[in-house]
Amino acid sequence: MAKPMEQYKWHELNVGCVIDEVGNAREYKTGDWRSQKPVWNDSKCIKCGLCWLYCPDAAIYQTEEGFYRANLEYCKGCGICSKECKPGAIKMVEDVR
Amino acid sequence: MRLKGLELYTEHPEAEFAVSGHRACQGCAEILGLRMALKVFGKDTIMAMATGCMEIISTPLPTTTWTIPWIHIAFENAAAVASGIESAIRILQEKKKIERKDIHVIAVAGDGGTSDIGLQALSGALERGHKFTYICLDNEAYMNTGIQRSSSTPYGAMTTTSPPGKKSIGQSTWKKNMPKIAAAHNIPYVATACPSYPFDLFAKIKKARTVNDPSYIHMLSVCPTGWRIPPDLAIEYGKLAVRTGVFPLYEVEDGRYRITYSPEPLRPVADYIKGQGRFRHLKEEDIALIQNRTTAEWEELKYLCGLR
Repeated sequence: MAKPMEQYKWHELNVGCVIDEVGNAREYKTGDWRSQKPVWNDSKCIKCGLCWLYCPDAAIYQTEEGFYRANLEYCKGCGICSKECKPGAIKMVEDVR
Repeated sequence: MRLKGLELYTEHPEAEFAVSGHRACQGCAEILGLRMALKVFGKDTIMAMATGCMEIISTPLPTTTWTIPWIHIAFENAAAVASGIESAIRILQEKKKIERKDIHVIAVAGDGGTSDIGLQALSGALERGHKFTYICLDNEAYMNTGIQRSSSTPYGAMTTTSPPGKKSIGQSTWKKNMPKIAAAHNIPYVATACPSYPFDLFAKIKKARTVNDPSYIHMLSVCPTGWRIPPDLAIEYGKLAVRTGVFPLYEVEDGRYRITYSPEPLRPVADYIKGQGRFRHLKEEDIALIQNRTTAEWEELKYLCGLR
C-alpha cells in the first residue's frame, strides 16, 4: 500500500481490483486486538517450535539463541501457544498499554 | 528450526504463504490449517478460493495476505475455476508459451462452498480428472455471515437459522459425509485432516500434491466464534473431535480406506460436546443419540478399512 487504506479513492484502484503487491496485509497491524500477551520463560523452553507451528497469525519467530518470541505488532493474544506449550513455558499476561 | 521432520514435507519450513496481518478471529484454526497446507504446497501454487471466511479475512481491498497467485471467485465455482486454470497452464506449457515446471493448482472453499453450493462444480471437476487439489475447510456452518446452518452442521448444533427451543433441537439433520461423496468419484486420493495433528496433515497434503489426478482434502477447522468456545482451546477441540470419533482421520487411496490415526479406545462424545456453547441445550438423551451414531459411523469406517 502506498498510503493508508482509508485514503484510497475508487478511481485509484486497479482494474478488476487486482492487488499487485505481495502479502501487503503485513502493513495492517492486528496487534491492537490483543488484551493478553504471551510471555516466554526461557528456562522452561525446550525450543520444540510447537508455538511457532500452531500460531494462526504466523506472529511467532525464532531468536538467534533459538528461543521463540511473539511479534507483538501482529499477535492477537488468542492463547493457543500458551495452551499447547508442553513444558508450560508460555504464560498469558495482561497487556497493559 | 528445531521441529524435526518438517523438512521431510517442505523445502522451506520457514516460508510463509499466509502472512501476518490477516483479519481472522483470535484462535482461528481455519487460517492455521491453510497456512500449514500452503507450507507443503510451496511457492509454485495457484489458489482459487470461493467466497467464505478465508476470502473475506485475507483480502480486504487493497491488502492481501497471500504471497502466491490467488483468485477470488463466487461461491459455486471454486472447482470449476481451478480446473480452468489447470487446463490453461497445461496448454500454455504444451505450446511452449510458458516454462514447463510443476505448478500446483488448489481450490479452497468452506463447507458451505463445498457441500451445499459448490457441490456440482466440484463433482464435475473431479469427474473430468483435472490435476488439482480441492481443500474443504469445514467449520461446520456459514461462519462468515454470522453462523447459519449448512449441510455440514452436526446434529443438535445451535446456529442462527437452526435455533434450539421448545419445538426444536437446533440442527435437525446429520452431518453430510463429504469425504465419502468425493471418494465415490473414484479419484486417487481423498483424505480428512485436522490442523491439531500437523504432521498427519503435512503427510496428507504431500500425498495429494503428488497425485496426477484430482485429490480432495477435508479439513476440520475449529471455529471458536461459531462453536462458542474460548479461542485458546481451538487446537484442543480439534484433538477432541478426533479422539471421540466425531471426526476420524483417514485417507482413501485408490479406493482403499486407511485410518491414519487411531484414537481407540474412543473417548465419550460428551467430552467434546459439553464445553461447546452451540451444544449447550442438549440433554443426556440427545448426547446418547449422538454417541450411538458416532460409534456406528466409527465401526462402519473400521469395516471399510478391513479392521473388523
